[in-house]
Amino acid sequence: MAKKENEISFNLVSRHKLDELTSSEKLRFILKEVKKGKILVLEHGLTPFEQTNLIENTMKEIEQDTFIGVEMEGLGQDRPSFFQKLFGYSRKPRVTLIGPANLLKTIRKDNDMIQTKIIPGRGAK
Amino acid sequence: MGLFGKVTLASILQRVFGKKHAKIGIYGPPNVGKTTLANRILRDWTGDIMGSVSEIPHETRRAKWKKNVKVENGGSSLFMDIVDTPGVATKVDYKDFMNTWGLTKDEAKQRAKEATEGVIESIKWLEDIDGVLLVMDSTQDPFTQVNVTILGNLEARNLPVLIAANKIDMEESSPATLKSAFPQHPVIPISALTGYNSDTLYTTMVSHFSKKRKKKRR
Repeated sequence: MAKKENEISFNLVSRHKLDELTSSEKLRFILKEVKKGKILVLEHGLTPFEQTNLIENTMKEIEQDTFIGVEMEGLGQDRPSFFQKLFGYSRKPRVTLIGPANLLKTIRKDNDMIQTKIIPGRGAK
Repeated sequence: MGLFGKVTLASILQRVFGKKHAKIGIYGPPNVGKTTLANRILRDWTGDIMGSVSEIPHETRRAKWKKNVKVENGGSSLFMDIVDTPGVATKVDYKDFMNTWGLTKDEAKQRAKEATEGVIESIKWLEDIDGVLLVMDSTQDPFTQVNVTILGNLEARNLPVLIAANKIDMEESSPATLKSAFPQHPVIPISALTGYNSDTLYTTMVSHFSKKRKKKRR
């Protein structure tokens, strides 16, 4: 197994970058980065279907000694207005935090705050 | 009981306009009591059970189902295909099974492999069900990503969800926390282990899952 760096790589991914990608491209990009040991903060997050697909793809990618899955948390979804609901507005989390499960651990989460702990010594390659 | 017994306007409307049959998935994270609840429902309505239960997470690693379970609510009833799904998780570490539960390395690796396949199977079943009984552990923080992801997915599909706030027989349980966390869905406090409040669960299942709604496809 490759030796990991001590530094933690923490990447903020803009809404603009995410909007340029299709759903499958987005999920491939996220899993590729997370498997390298990077923690991502996604502006505007993933749709509910994308989140479910990410879990499914993560399970397919698990390698028992090197990648055990993801830690993923999103802050509460926007509440759509009556007219947004009427026109099929798709709710998304305001922000989503995703990282490798062996590196990132959620301590507590509510509608306004996600508290996480980073396990040292397991940073990105 | 009067001349018309338990026949109410709601039961008449359900008989005339409601669904007669629904495929209901029992979903939730590992170790919240999904199979215990499935066993409770089957024991109460068919005398059968769904599967084995264990304290070790991911005991159910393949979906199991029972067809045509008739659940009654006074004058109305609903035939349900009950699907007990494997626990949904975002990570599976075989070392947890060794360190916490004393499994050998080979057993732990095999269980972890089957658990990942089980999660995929659970997600695939979402395409094929009419409603979800989402089981949550009322002694735990409800804002887990698995709970939020499953709920978001079901809401986007316009599928009816009933939250079973399980384990209320335990002293530290707080079903009120679940109710305030997810006010948009009915939350029924229950102990699948003792059967406490199961009558209320069955009543709500029949009324909630028999409503006709248009499913949204992806």
